[in-house]
Amino acid sequence: MNPALVAARAGLSRGRIEFKQTLTTPGDLIGILFMTGGFLAAMIWTRHTHVPGTRFSLGTTMLVSVLGLNIAAYGVVTMGDLLVVEREDGTLLRAKAIPNGMLGYLLGKVVNISGQIAFAVAITLLAGTFLFTGLAIASPGRWLTLAWVLVLGLLATLPLGAVLGSLFPSQRSAGPVWILLLGGLAAISGIFYPITHLPAVLQWTGQAFPVYWLGLGMRSALLPNAMATVEVGRSWRQLATFGVLSAWAVAGLVLAPVVLRRMARRESGSNVAARREKALRRT
Amino acid sequence: MLNINDILRGMEDVLDVRDLRMRYGHTDVLTGVSFAARRGEVLALLGPNGAGKTTTIEILEGFRVRSAGEVSVLGADPAHGGEAWRARTGVVLQSWRDHSKWQVRELLAHLGRYYAPYCTASVTRPWDTDDLLETVGLTAHARQRVRSLSGGQRRRLDVAIGIVGRPELLFLDEPTAGFDPEARRDFHDVVHRLTDREKTTILLTTHDLDEAERLADRILILAGGTIVAAGSADELARAMPGQSEVRWSRDGRRFVRAADDATAFVRELFRQYGESVEELEVRRASLEDTYMALVRQAEHGVPRGLTDVAA
Repeated sequence: MNPALVAARAGLSRGRIEFKQTLTTPGDLIGILFMTGGFLAAMIWTRHTHVPGTRFSLGTTMLVSVLGLNIAAYGVVTMGDLLVVEREDGTLLRAKAIPNGMLGYLLGKVVNISGQIAFAVAITLLAGTFLFTGLAIASPGRWLTLAWVLVLGLLATLPLGAVLGSLFPSQRSAGPVWILLLGGLAAISGIFYPITHLPAVLQWTGQAFPVYWLGLGMRSALLPNAMATVEVGRSWRQLATFGVLSAWAVAGLVLAPVVLRRMARRESGSNVAARREKALRRT
Repeated sequence: MLNINDILRGMEDVLDVRDLRMRYGHTDVLTGVSFAARRGEVLALLGPNGAGKTTTIEILEGFRVRSAGEVSVLGADPAHGGEAWRARTGVVLQSWRDHSKWQVRELLAHLGRYYAPYCTASVTRPWDTDDLLETVGLTAHARQRVRSLSGGQRRRLDVAIGIVGRPELLFLDEPTAGFDPEARRDFHDVVHRLTDREKTTILLTTHDLDEAERLADRILILAGGTIVAAGSADELARAMPGQSEVRWSRDGRRFVRAADDATAFVRELFRQYGESVEELEVRRASLEDTYMALVRQAEHGVPRGLTDVAA
């Protein structure tokens, strides 16, 4: 039996167990539903507003873009936050103390968070099909696009989340950064309003990060082709979407093992104990 | 079935530490620590807070890189141990709130899976989950979520996680810190079962003398960054100068003296004062006296044995 393979399998089942725990822990479940519900409320609010220059519902466009934002939010923020929290509470050190434990731990995180993303995307889409009109979901080609954007999105965001999570010293210091990072990027990534209406500087900044491309990819999958006219270059730019997300994925996958290994190497019982004392002093 | 490698392994030192040094910035935490442990031995690293116990154990666990010295743990350098080496060690961590959503049995079964590829002819890995729950006394709590366990139960789970891979060498860092007396006794029972049944080599750190005396075959007293004394509780007490304390009263005055040879001292006492000696008491130095004297000596560089106890 190959030990790494055994650990990988254990990691997959770890992810399944953790995902099940997320769905059965009221606090976690409420967190997911609250975020999804919040976005849905914003979409319903703008359901009858038109995307500028078209007669298409802004709410429907937002619904589709938010699917992309979901990938970034869970992939980067949830991944990063879990790493920070579980480094503080000693979960990571335990993983380090067992053979190939880190491999299993990380795979478990990937499975758990992928599950959460699939869950959030599914309930958003389900609500969307009942509450909104204009979604182009009839042909299998559309679902295929949705699938590759989703998978590539996971590859682009999860390693990034792991890198950021490894860099923050504590959950307390990480919290505000996550909100600023995600909120700021969402605002300039054309999630809530077409990016072409932003100043050029912000357009270019937005297009440097994966959030914009995840939103665009989702729009190209689920909106009628005519809606491409409001995008940059009046095109879905699927090739560019594939290219940029792949570049982020490669960068993350190269960087993550290095940063994670460095972080893991520094973990020891006394570090965890020191952080525990610090945290207990605060409360 | 025994093979030659297992026999050879049984003979070698499980732990061999020579002149281990650790320096953080300009502070020397360990200034030359040397000791060894044979298979099946229970070693207690005893010392005051800040003596370097945790640093030492973390270096041996492979969680911290030493500044200098030679360290061999199960025949390998822990700084480059690798996963197969890791599988032969067990670490009981100080828990906090990790895996709080997991069920007890679920967690043990999961963590055990990683050890399965490291089975050998002589060691079956991992430990059967139900048997392990029984061993640490958590069978009744198998389905409970970890966060609902009491402090003592949680600690037993920590031990179970530490031994789920049937380690040849187990590290316990301050295992009973914050325990009530009952939880402490339960924990000691588990350790005894482990050494009796599994022949596990154990290195534990503690600042509790009573615990060291109860659990360890050999006690290493760490003070001022080095080992100032080593031996069984009995040997340590004997090794101390001025090992016995003699108290008596004469003409209404009380006296206390320390004596190397209490019998000779008392004989002399009676020869000189005869029947005026009253309320005679002779007390052998306890491990605590020895320990306090050694630590004081290491920390202040001044030998202050029992001879200084004034009347």
